[in-house]
Amino acid sequence: MIQSKKEQFRENLEKRHSAAKFFYFLLLICLLIGFFTLSVLIIDLAIEGGPWLRSQLFTNYHSRKPEEAGMKSAIFGSLINLGLTGLFSFPLGVGAAIYLEEYAPKNKLTSFINININNLAGVPSIVYGMLGLVVFGRMFGLFAPDSWLVQLLNLPVGKGALGGLQFNLFNIPWLEIRLPFGRTILAGGLTMTMLILPVVIIASREAIRSVPNSIRDAAYALGATKWQMISTQVLPIAFPGILTGIILSLSRAIGETAPLIIMGAFTYVPFLPESLWDQFTVMPIQIYNWITLPQAEYRVHLAAAGIIVLLAVLLSLNAIAVFLRKKFEIHWS
Amino acid sequence: MRLGKSTADIFDRRLSQATSLPGKPKWSKLKEKWIARILFFCGFFSVLVTIGIIISLFSEAVGFFLRPEVSIFKFFTGTTWRPLLKTVSPDNFGVLPLITGTLLIAVISALISVPIGLGSAIYLSEYSSDRLRSILKPILEILAGIPSVVYGYFALSFITPLIKTIFEIWLGLEVGFFNALSAAVVLGIMIIPTVASISEDAMRAVPRSLREAAYSLGATKFEAVSKVIVPAALSGITAAFILAISRAVGETMAVTIAAGATPQVTLNPLKSVQTMTSFIVQVSFGDAPAGSINGQSIFAVGATLFTMTFIMNVISDFVLNKFREVYE
Repeated sequence: MIQSKKEQFRENLEKRHSAAKFFYFLLLICLLIGFFTLSVLIIDLAIEGGPWLRSQLFTNYHSRKPEEAGMKSAIFGSLINLGLTGLFSFPLGVGAAIYLEEYAPKNKLTSFINININNLAGVPSIVYGMLGLVVFGRMFGLFAPDSWLVQLLNLPVGKGALGGLQFNLFNIPWLEIRLPFGRTILAGGLTMTMLILPVVIIASREAIRSVPNSIRDAAYALGATKWQMISTQVLPIAFPGILTGIILSLSRAIGETAPLIIMGAFTYVPFLPESLWDQFTVMPIQIYNWITLPQAEYRVHLAAAGIIVLLAVLLSLNAIAVFLRKKFEIHWS
Repeated sequence: MRLGKSTADIFDRRLSQATSLPGKPKWSKLKEKWIARILFFCGFFSVLVTIGIIISLFSEAVGFFLRPEVSIFKFFTGTTWRPLLKTVSPDNFGVLPLITGTLLIAVISALISVPIGLGSAIYLSEYSSDRLRSILKPILEILAGIPSVVYGYFALSFITPLIKTIFEIWLGLEVGFFNALSAAVVLGIMIIPTVASISEDAMRAVPRSLREAAYSLGATKFEAVSKVIVPAALSGITAAFILAISRAVGETMAVTIAAGATPQVTLNPLKSVQTMTSFIVQVSFGDAPAGSINGQSIFAVGATLFTMTFIMNVISDFVLNKFREVYE
């Protein structure tokens, strides 16, 4: 009896061990699928797009001849958009992070703001495009000829369905303001700011939280006020972490296509934007445009070349972020 | 005691001298107050963004439903979506084809990403050494960082031909050039890191003592993982599954490029479907003027999309927090 149970156990043990081995290989395959796809993608791009990675891509605009087509305006548009997004999201995101980490009392409003930020991070990016379209692009139609605001204040808006108000702030010639913002690069930057704001806030909070409390106590002990403590101690220490977070969020923004399409970025822009009120396009939109064209030169080759440029920008942003993190990392003992 | 009191006296006098310096303390107090206010505004701004999203989506959506050409009942129950037709009638505004198209792709992509993501997470959390993990994990995360337009390109140039070879040439089924399966596959790949990262966090939160207990009972690694660790981390894994579907529902460009633009109710992933997001993109490219029926229809669809993903995110959060096993 006992003997047979022992044998049974041995037999079972072998089965169990081979099941464990099989399972291990299954896991390895799972992990390898990801890596395999990544390498296939890179090889595919290199084969199709590599030979088309020429100087015309950077110096020309989109053209009817594939050999001459480039994405100059898209590259510039992406970079300007990136700059504007960084410019807007830095103060807003870091300010919110400082408030939530250093000032916010523990009450219902604070926990509501926290939940709200987490929810915003999960909103599909296309919804931000619709937000940008209504709030920045059209401004709820407040400046259309038949809106209540225009009639109430008797504003000198333009004719046409959309209307629009144009004036110079304080009569300074270069401080031109147009309301609504319309399909401009300014509206694009603001839309992207809304999109990455939750991520920027979450990353900055983490950086601020990692500053040990002893630093804060030391600053207070020397008689610093709260803002002096934050501006001279906490922020300089947390700055590399904040910057890393913002750059990583921007690298996500540069690949975003849908929000800007909805907001009203153009597909064909044969000039470089000169002011905030110019039309613009970005790299992913140009790539999408090429993918949808019927000729294989655009659909396959130019699109792949464009993607290589886009990924190169994205990778270098990530590399900068990793470099900053490694360089300024502080290990508190 | 006496000494203590006298030093405190001196300190008090010094302090009152210092604070009575003309002008300075009052100004700095005011400055502190204003800085706190500005920072509060920054913190509160995210609430304004949410309000902005809700107002902009729902005000236009309400405008759409108030039109005589559409009916809200037919919108949510109709199975025909032909908004670009010249003859505008309520029968042509049934959103169900878009919703089923979206869910078809989302569910398939979750069925792909959840097992693979979970498998990768188990490997990273239970099998790999810390050093190996620190190399493997960032590489895996690259998959999530690649822009979705790139996945769209990948779907058309690699996945669709592959699907055509397998299903059309080997199995003899009819496969459209644009098909839901191709989009679902690339979305699944795209979401793997999200699933892996959430499930891995959940598994790493399972205390060591549970593992040791399983091993001390003679469990093999497979048994410890499948009977102890994964059940203990089930809430996190469920949350990851829901979040994966929510991500896939909100994804735009890969779906727009790979799945085509044929709104139809079908369960056949080899056919072309249109999702909610790709409809919005299609109309936006067509330059629908503000206030027109098409310009407003995207907001009705967008509001539906926003509500769906919002509910899924809330459920996923709820599962994560409510059913989490708390270990001492």
